[in-house]
Amino acid sequence: MTTPHSYVSPIPVRKAHLGDALTSEWTKIRSVRSTIWTLGIMVLLMLGIGIGVGALVAASDVSTEGETALGLGFFGVLLGSICVITLGVLTIASEYGTGMIRTTLTACPSRARVLAAKAIVFFLLVFAITTVTAALVGLADVAMVDAAEPTGEEWLRATVGVGLFVALLGLVSLGVGAIIRHSAGAITIMIGVLLLPLVAAMFMFAESLRSTREWFLEYAIPSQLIALYAGKSTVTMSGPAGWDPVWIMAVLAAAVLGGAFALINSRDV
Amino acid sequence: MIEAVGLTKRYGAKTAVYNLSFQVRPGHVTGFLGPNGSGKSTTMRMILGLDRPTSGHVTIGGHPFRQLPNAPRQVGALLDAKAVHGGRSARSHLLSLAQLAGIPAQRVDEVLGVVGLQDVAKRRSKGFSLGMGQRLGIAAALLGDPQVLLFDEPVNGLDPEGILWVRNLMKKLAAEGRTVFVSSHLMSEMALTADHLIVIGRGQLLADMSVKDFISANSADFARVRTPHTEPQQREKLTTVLTEAGGQVMPEPDGALRVTGLPLPRISDLAHDADVRLWELSPHQASLEEAYMRMTQGAVDYRSTDDRLAHLQPPMPPHQLPQPPQYVVPEVPQQGWYAPPPPGQNPYAAPQNPQHPQNPQAQGPNTEDAR
Repeated sequence: MTTPHSYVSPIPVRKAHLGDALTSEWTKIRSVRSTIWTLGIMVLLMLGIGIGVGALVAASDVSTEGETALGLGFFGVLLGSICVITLGVLTIASEYGTGMIRTTLTACPSRARVLAAKAIVFFLLVFAITTVTAALVGLADVAMVDAAEPTGEEWLRATVGVGLFVALLGLVSLGVGAIIRHSAGAITIMIGVLLLPLVAAMFMFAESLRSTREWFLEYAIPSQLIALYAGKSTVTMSGPAGWDPVWIMAVLAAAVLGGAFALINSRDV
Repeated sequence: MIEAVGLTKRYGAKTAVYNLSFQVRPGHVTGFLGPNGSGKSTTMRMILGLDRPTSGHVTIGGHPFRQLPNAPRQVGALLDAKAVHGGRSARSHLLSLAQLAGIPAQRVDEVLGVVGLQDVAKRRSKGFSLGMGQRLGIAAALLGDPQVLLFDEPVNGLDPEGILWVRNLMKKLAAEGRTVFVSSHLMSEMALTADHLIVIGRGQLLADMSVKDFISANSADFARVRTPHTEPQQREKLTTVLTEAGGQVMPEPDGALRVTGLPLPRISDLAHDADVRLWELSPHQASLEEAYMRMTQGAVDYRSTDDRLAHLQPPMPPHQLPQPPQYVVPEVPQQGWYAPPPPGQNPYAAPQNPQHPQNPQAQGPNTEDAR
C-alpha cells in the first residue's frame, strides 16, 4: 500500500492457504451440535441394526447359502447413509441459510478453496467413522453368525469399501447442497435419489419398461451397496459388482462437485 | 482507499444500483446514507466481491476484492449481525474465521475483549440479542486488524452505551489512518460520527461531500420571528415589510414567522423601522436529518400510508353522523432553541383551541393527546 497515511497492522501478515481453510472447516464442523447428533445417530443405527440383524440370524438358524456374515451390516449402513446425506447438505447449505457464507467469503475470497476444504474435511470425517463402525459391525456379525469365512478382499470391501461409498455419497450431498443452497430442498432431493429408483422399479410392471426397471434395480444406491458387500451383481450378472459401486459413486461425486465449483464461482452470494 | 467506477447492478428488471462512482479515502469516517432499499447493502456486497456488478468495477487499494493479496488482512466487514451460524459459540465462530484467514488464535480473545463479549464467548450465538450480534460482527471485522473497514448499519440494536462505543471506535479506527465506510440511516448518528458523506437514493449518487458542506448545501437556514400575539396586525405588517425587503416569509402553526433570505440584524432593523415589537428573533440551522430528508424525499421507495382501519370500524347508526375530522395543523419539525414560557402562562397556547372554549383544560398544546 502506498497511500500516504495508511495503517499497518503489527500482526505478522502471511498468506492463507488450503491448510488454513481445512483447520477452519474442522473447527466449524465440530463446533455445531448437528454434527455430533447426525454422526452419533448414524453410528447407533449402523451398530444397532447391523449387530441386531446378525443376532436375529444367529438365533433363527437361517441358511446363509454360502454368503459371509458381513452382508448383514447392509441395513444399518443404508439407514445411516440418510444421516450422512443430511450432514453433507447441512455442511454447506446451513452457511447459505444463516448468511454465514458472506462472512466466510469475506474472510477468504477464494470460493473454490472454501468448498474444497469443506469437501475434504467432511469426506475424511465420514470415511473414518463409517469405516471403523462397519469394521466393528463386521467383527461382531462374523463372530455371532455361523457362515462362510470372509476373505481378505471381502473384509476390505465391507470396511474401507463401504466407508468410501458412504463418504462419496456424502460428497454428492454436499455438492447438491452447494448447488441448491437450501437445506430442506437439497435433503429432499438426496433422499429421493437414494430411495426413489427402487420404489419406482416396484411399480414398473409393463413389459416395455423392463430394461429401465432392471437398470433401476441394479444401479439404485441400495442395490449398489448390496453389490459392494456381496461382490457380485444382485439382479443380473451385468450390473455393478465388486469395487464398481465405489467407482460409480466417485464419478457421480466428481460430476456434482464439478458443477458446484463452477456455480459457486459465478453466482452472487 | 475504496474506489467505485460506474458501478451498476441489475436484478432482472430492477436496477438496484446505477452508475455509482465514488471514492472512500483513508483517515476519515465516511458515512453511506440512503433510504431503505436504495442499494447501500448491494453496493457493500459488490465492494466485497460477493455480488458481481452488471457493469463498472470497484477496487480496494487498487485491486478488486477477490484479487487482493491477503484480503482478510486488508479488509474487514460487518454486513449482517445475523450472518452467523446460531449453533456455534461466539469464540468458535471467530476462531474458524481467524483460522481461515491465517490469523493467530490469540487474536480471537483480543477482539472478544475489544467488543466486550469475553464473558459470553462460550455461549451459542443463537441466544444473542441484536446488540450482542452486532458486537460479534464488529469483532469479526476487526479480526484481521485490517486497514479498510466496512460496516453495514453497525449501531442497529445497540444500547446508548454501545452506540457511543461504536462512535468512538469508528473515529479511533479512522484516526489510525484506516479507511472506514459506515452505512446507516440514523442521520443524527452520522452527524456525530462521519467526516464525509456519500448519499444514494434509488441506487444513484445524490451527494458526495463533507458533512458540513452537505448540511449547508441542502438546508436553508432560517430565522424564527415572533411578534406579540395580542396584536395580529403587527404580524401582518411585519410580513409585508420583510417580503418587500426581499425575504421569504412562511407562517408557522404556532403563530411565529419563518424568514429566509434576510440576515438577522436586517430583520431587526426592518422591524424597528416599521415600529413592530419582536418577542422572538432566533437563528436556526437545519439538522443533518432535515437536510437528508430534503434531499431524499424524491427517492424514497417505501412510504407509509395512514392506517385508517377502514374495514374494521363498526357501522355508524344512521342518525349519528360521524364528526368531520378536525383540521390538525401539520407538525413542523422543531429544532433549535425556544424561549421558555414566562412563569404562570403558556404563550403558545392561549389564542388557540377556539373549538373548546367550554373546556377549561384545553389550554396546553397537549390537549389533543390528553383526550
